Amino acid sequence: MQMDFIVDKETKTVTITKEFAAELSLVWDAYTKPELLDQWWAPKPFTSRTKAMDFEVGGRRFYAMVSPDGSEGWAVQKYTSITPKTNFKFFNAFADKDENLQLPGSDWDLNFSEQDGKTKVSISIYNESLERMERGLAMGFQQGTEAQLQNLEDLLEKLTQG
Amino acid sequence: MRRDIFQAIADPTRRAIIALIALQAMTPNALAEHFDTSRQAISKHLRILTECELVTQEQKGREIYYSLEIEKMKEIDKWLEQYRKIWETRYSQLDDLLATIKKQKEEK
Repeated sequence: MQMDFIVDKETKTVTITKEFAAELSLVWDAYTKPELLDQWWAPKPFTSRTKAMDFEVGGRRFYAMVSPDGSEGWAVQKYTSITPKTNFKFFNAFADKDENLQLPGSDWDLNFSEQDGKTKVSISIYNESLERMERGLAMGFQQGTEAQLQNLEDLLEKLTQG
Repeated sequence: MRRDIFQAIADPTRRAIIALIALQAMTPNALAEHFDTSRQAISKHLRILTECELVTQEQKGREIYYSLEIEKMKEIDKWLEQYRKIWETRYSQLDDLLATIKKQKEEK
């Protein structure tokens, strides 16, 4: 189903809205249970690995985005507000493997609503600096793409030699 | 100091300068007329924009005209496009996961 991705450079906010063909309780679980989160959070070929998670106000999710070559990019999401099956908010920051935060981070606001058996999720991400938004995720993603290109180059080389 | 395009657009005055010179090349004096700040402040913003390689200067007689590097602005969109793609991939994975879980539940 269609995803909306809106960037407001002036307010430094990205809003991502998506409708899912599933009931709200299931979608809510997919966002709030580590074993489910890890199955979809990392864009392929990355994988998500949650090391610790306590979904409660004051709690956090400490997780790594693992690249195909095994390098880990750590991040922490600190839950600041939870209204079950309606909304939750967290502060997101990149971190090192010992959970030392790299500030500044970003503020996330996630809203859930259900209609006719479909669930709409709207996420607003406020970044103190767009530059910060650029780092981490996108950098990791780019590294992934470069790694893939390298694999392809190696393969092509082998094929032409053979 | 290393500067990049995201610093350039981080400030509201600089965004306004970008909007003005996107239409036509302008001198610092002409730009300053659009703002309540001093000519010095405008010059400082122009210097940052220049360091970010977002504007270019051209000397015409005694005046320096500043114009926008449109190609550089596209870097922002290019980067944002990547970010959008991450979310598309992520969400298509969630679509699949939700479908799988629903199917498992129905089979039980």
